[in-house]
Amino acid sequence: MSKFIRYMIKSFAFITFLVLFAIVGHILIKGIPHITPSLFALKYTTENVSLFPAIITTIIITFLSLIIATPIGIFTGFYLIEYAKKGNKFIEIIRITAETLSGIPSIVYGLFGLLFFVTTLKWGFSILAGAFTLSIMILPLIMRATEEALMAVPNSLREASFALGAGKLRTIFKVILPAAMPGILAGIILSVGRIIGETAALIYTAGTVAQIPKNIFDSGRTLSIHMYALSSEGFYTEQAYATAVILLLVIIGLNYLSSYLSKKLLKGNSNE
Amino acid sequence: MKSKFLEKFMEIIFFISACTSIISVILICIFIFLGGIPAIGEIGLTNFLFGTNWSPSDIPPSFGILPMILGSLYVTLGAIILGVPIGILTAIYLAKFCPKKLYNYLKPAINLMAGIPSIVYGFFGLVVLVPLSREIFGGTGHSIITASILLGIMILPTIIGLSEAAIRAVPDSYYEGSIALGATHEQSVIFATLPAAKSGILSSIVLGIGRAIGETMAVVMVAGNQSRMPAGLAKGIRTLTANIVIEMGYAADIHREALIATGVVLFIFILALNGLFSILKRKVV
Repeated sequence: MSKFIRYMIKSFAFITFLVLFAIVGHILIKGIPHITPSLFALKYTTENVSLFPAIITTIIITFLSLIIATPIGIFTGFYLIEYAKKGNKFIEIIRITAETLSGIPSIVYGLFGLLFFVTTLKWGFSILAGAFTLSIMILPLIMRATEEALMAVPNSLREASFALGAGKLRTIFKVILPAAMPGILAGIILSVGRIIGETAALIYTAGTVAQIPKNIFDSGRTLSIHMYALSSEGFYTEQAYATAVILLLVIIGLNYLSSYLSKKLLKGNSNE
Repeated sequence: MKSKFLEKFMEIIFFISACTSIISVILICIFIFLGGIPAIGEIGLTNFLFGTNWSPSDIPPSFGILPMILGSLYVTLGAIILGVPIGILTAIYLAKFCPKKLYNYLKPAINLMAGIPSIVYGFFGLVVLVPLSREIFGGTGHSIITASILLGIMILPTIIGLSEAAIRAVPDSYYEGSIALGATHEQSVIFATLPAAKSGILSSIVLGIGRAIGETMAVVMVAGNQSRMPAGLAKGIRTLTANIVIEMGYAADIHREALIATGVVLFIFILALNGLFSILKRKVV
């Protein structure tokens, strides 16, 4: 009986990691040979199917979304942890709405972005509309990371700062924020991963134009949308493989960075 | 004096930031519901929800989304049947059986699995699972089965992550008590620790269902997307999410509103699941 249970558990766990290994392995092995210099040409044509403009667009959208969502997410964390009283009804509502936001599927965000930013605010299919849509999507991620990081900061730090006569604001920005920074950064990096991997929320907000956008009211496609366009057209499987490799490598890198920073946070606090 | 003003000013800024998520949820609700409900009124609620025919370009057009509702439910059910047992057993392995050294490699692997973009999963499904399913089950390969397998894989990290946390949260005394009574390690984990983690595991399944219903791009690439009633496991179907993403690009007028109404139905599913999730979560604490 016990042997059977152990056997089942081990073999099912093995299946999980085998699947992951198969996906990553398949993409890398089939994709790496297709990464050619012409994929990185400055201008997209149907001949070179360059993904360089998509990389630039991805960077711009990521940057814009972070500029919007990061301060709001961090400030919300400050309010929830440092200001609001415990057991406050208002906090409860914020937690519930944040939970709701993180459960909404990306296609619903896409619809909302289309109805609100693109149509009602008349921004059209634009980088800006895409970035605003995504910033709402990543807000709960950054919020939660900030909250957790702030909670991990020992109270003795706050008390010491107050005892030295520092005000609340100075304590937050000079003492608590630096201590919580690795955790917050880990959350931000995870959101970068979300942004880069997002497709459904961007198709009808940022649009699918394959060139480098000239300004934030231009339409542009991120790497993920680029990959969707390539694989749904059906002629560019090789280039789609190559794009998948780049997406995967970026995500692996970001994941590594994020877990490195989380570990740093844990270590820093155990030294207290 | 000046610093007092700044203190108060920043507190207000923090407060306004904290309100952003509330405002966002309200805005999303307003725009989705206002955008979709007029169409439901025009088509008629029963015609819309239980109509079996979706042909927006016919004259007169027909907007019944029952095929898509069933499509979403079928692939989600399939994903749960495949993903839940694998996910829970993997979580048990990670929490109670895995050597510490190996864990340091496997945990990041699960995180990576959660981070892989859905478009990459979809592409993998298209180039690997679809031909495979064509070989085994016949048909075009774009089918309920293929979509279920792919979604089953995609919800694994959600289920594993939350279930593992739930199992780890169970006090060691449960396990130790069982061991003291002479049970083996395996028996103690399965019959003492696991039942205590029940509501946490259930909430991970609810969250997994939410992921599966809301998934769009990966499903679009492997499910076939025919807007007719499900005709068999090896035949294609279209989900609610796929309906929106496929037709929104060229839809106009009532067709467009009917698509937003599809979003309303999807949104209500998700809100109900979210509600269930938070009830289960409160139960854990």
